[in-house]
Amino acid sequence: MADLSTNFLGIRSPNPFWLASAPPTDKQYNVERAFRAGWGGVVWKTLGEDGPPVVNVNGPRYGAIHGADRRLLGLNNIELITDRPLEVNLREIAEVKKNWPDRAMIVSIMVPCEEQAWKAILPLVEATGADGIELNFGCPHGMSERGMGSAVGQVPEYIEMVARWCKQTTRMPVIVKLTPNITDIRYPARAAKKGGADAVSLINTISSIISVDLDSFSPTPSIDGRGSHGGYCGPAVKPIALNMVAEIARDAETRGLPISGIGGITTWRDAAEYIALGCGTVQVCTAAMTYGFKIVQEMIDGLSAYMDEKGFRTIEDFRGRAVPNVTDWQYLNLNYIAKARIDQDACIKCGRCHIACEDTSHQAITSMVDGKRHFEVIDAECVGCNLCVSVCPVENCITMEEMVAGTDPRTGRPVSPDYANWTTHPNNPMARVAAE
Amino acid sequence: MTELAAADTVPFETAPGTAGPDIRGQRLAAADYARNFSDMHPPLGRHEALVESDRCYFCYDAPCQTACPTGIDIPLFIRKIGTGNVDGAASTIFEANILGGMCARVCPTETLCEDACVRHTAEDRPVRIGLLQRYATDHFMQGHTSFGTRKAPTGKRVAVVGAGPAGLSCAHALASEGHDVTIFDARGKPGGLNEHGIAAYKAVGDFAQEEVDFILGIGGITLEGGKALGRDLAIETLTAEFDAVFLGVGLQGVNALGLSGEAAAGVVDAVAWIEAMRQAEDKGNVPVGRRVVVIGGGMTAVDAAVQARKLGAEEVTMVYRRGEAAMNASAFEREVARNAGVVIRTFARPAELHVAAGAVTGISFEKTVTDAEGRLTGTGERFTLAADQVMKAIGQSFEPGPLGTIGLEDGRIAVDAAFRTTNAKVWAGGDCVPAGEDLTVVAVEHGKRAARSINAALKA
Repeated sequence: MADLSTNFLGIRSPNPFWLASAPPTDKQYNVERAFRAGWGGVVWKTLGEDGPPVVNVNGPRYGAIHGADRRLLGLNNIELITDRPLEVNLREIAEVKKNWPDRAMIVSIMVPCEEQAWKAILPLVEATGADGIELNFGCPHGMSERGMGSAVGQVPEYIEMVARWCKQTTRMPVIVKLTPNITDIRYPARAAKKGGADAVSLINTISSIISVDLDSFSPTPSIDGRGSHGGYCGPAVKPIALNMVAEIARDAETRGLPISGIGGITTWRDAAEYIALGCGTVQVCTAAMTYGFKIVQEMIDGLSAYMDEKGFRTIEDFRGRAVPNVTDWQYLNLNYIAKARIDQDACIKCGRCHIACEDTSHQAITSMVDGKRHFEVIDAECVGCNLCVSVCPVENCITMEEMVAGTDPRTGRPVSPDYANWTTHPNNPMARVAAE
Repeated sequence: MTELAAADTVPFETAPGTAGPDIRGQRLAAADYARNFSDMHPPLGRHEALVESDRCYFCYDAPCQTACPTGIDIPLFIRKIGTGNVDGAASTIFEANILGGMCARVCPTETLCEDACVRHTAEDRPVRIGLLQRYATDHFMQGHTSFGTRKAPTGKRVAVVGAGPAGLSCAHALASEGHDVTIFDARGKPGGLNEHGIAAYKAVGDFAQEEVDFILGIGGITLEGGKALGRDLAIETLTAEFDAVFLGVGLQGVNALGLSGEAAAGVVDAVAWIEAMRQAEDKGNVPVGRRVVVIGGGMTAVDAAVQARKLGAEEVTMVYRRGEAAMNASAFEREVARNAGVVIRTFARPAELHVAAGAVTGISFEKTVTDAEGRLTGTGERFTLAADQVMKAIGQSFEPGPLGTIGLEDGRIAVDAAFRTTNAKVWAGGDCVPAGEDLTVVAVEHGKRAARSINAALKA
């Protein structure tokens, strides 16, 4: 039986599944329900500085995009940080930590970008017995207009500065939560590291307008006929987040910096992918908000079964295993040749592979053979692009098969067993080795 | 009358206090009739329709569309439902099949579009195309009184004989081209088999008449009821008075068993019995036997057997001379029959009617076998079923009398690929021509194609 326990910055939790700082972690009531369901830790919903509580809108806060059968694919929110009094949150954090000592308790914080503001709140949080803090430099809506959240996260110098203030003030490990609303995620990550942060967590939500109401012409969620951009999350953002995690994991300056992965994690598979890209823990919100806290039981069991099957005893056994395989396009092996193969027994003859290839790609899949509806790959046309695999509704019906020998009927050139990439390709004007 | 054989015989039982066969109405409580004749497949709600539409893969050169005799662009209409463009979905349907509403109810989708659905291949659960089609067409018909617009009047006049699916389809297509159409029908009420033939629980309410009104709503179509070919109308007069004639007269004859005693009380044509039942305002007043034997293996046999059960018949047995695979009733129809409590017996052919005091009391069958070539032979072995009512559903035939010189093929009206008869001014389609299965949807397609040919001829 695999051991799912994690030790992230010295913070122990029985499994790598934490609830992200968000509505599910705003109250003792919710968090204790989550712990009862099996979550390994939580990042408490972001605390602001003491004073008049934050005010939220009183209309809709969420909007969604749906897939088949209204499966929620993406969620957008315009909710702000906690709107409960600081003192209530602190009291409940302490209570929960006392009741659940084996679970990770991280507290998310967002106060104005002034040293005094950070120095004022950190001792209060420390006094709760919390295990660590997460600096919310990510929220793209509302707070950012007041110079907080992603307004800080978009300026690497601010990240470094605030991280440093925090490290100087508290014993607690400091995690910097990054916004994806930047052009290159490596800069804020490097800044966090420079400021002494112990880890980064990412991604926060992506600035988004989820939809436009075609009757009222208001963006949604609509508040009295008007809408503002919100933060986008859920399964749809996972590919964006995975790339940003990988960029940090393989960057020379930030390599080895602990990462807590966030973005669309819905199943154990999603979590395992983040871990394979180097994350020590993962944070979940939308999946819990869609299905309730019980989903963690599937995640725990699925991850455990996967690790048993692969012979991984601990999370560390496979954490980061995919990182060395993430490379730049120019280093991809241009001598690797793959052709699509259609399993005729699995094929249900919907023809989607054909029409996708015929209309939009390389005319490499038949629709008719000997007068019969039949879909098969024409190797002489197939560039191995994988579009047919992507659109086929039957899993594993179409697969990409490597050509290990012989001649590629498309190019007429023999298959080379040697690795060769763009950097040395004769068509590359920048090639380091000139073509013969 | 013959003595019944002792072996393999259902004992005669006569209801206490009645002397003769037990055929009567009011076997059930009023609420039972209402329930039994409610929608067999309740329509989809909006949510169900959206979920179901999501299941469609939008196949290339979709097998469902190929399987549809009217060639409805099924993936496109389903996609329109999924995006909330329900009237647009209905338009896609009506463009190919103006009787899309009825076809959604009566088509044997399990042997047509849904049988071809790739989801059927993938998971034995096709997209419920029929119900989605009904969802779209119902939606459209609730908000519109007609479909399509007429082109400028051409001044050409076309006679359509028969207000069934073929005639209505042809008339609508011609009217939209700007021709003036007169539909003649032998009955007082239009609709053909949609109104008089198909099972009541497949088209509840007055849908057949609503659909006729919807089709006629395009304008340019006059309906003349009570005019039968051969009685009130003649081919020569029609061709003289009109620029073109379309015959969609269906089948008039019912095949006979060829047994003595066929005229006895209680021996009925299933088609005629269903027609009377369909027109009965109160289903409780439709007389039905306590023990009913239906002879035949087609949709009419199933419709008669199932409705006999729904009217309260205690024992209903369908007997077919060959095996189930040879039945025209689909596996789904047979399941409907079995679920209604109908016993299906195969490989037996009628041998003898038992009659007492002028009324049928039972029927004997001879068991049959088929040889390697599919030829049917009797084994000589017999069994007898007691019956208060025997319904014949062994096929209908075309009565060519009124056709004059128009050529026939296989006992029906010969037509070319464009549904033109041997008389250049006369076209024909539906059950009265030998092409395709005798289905509403096939008749609609015949009418549509004939209209295309007629239009081309009139504009030539």
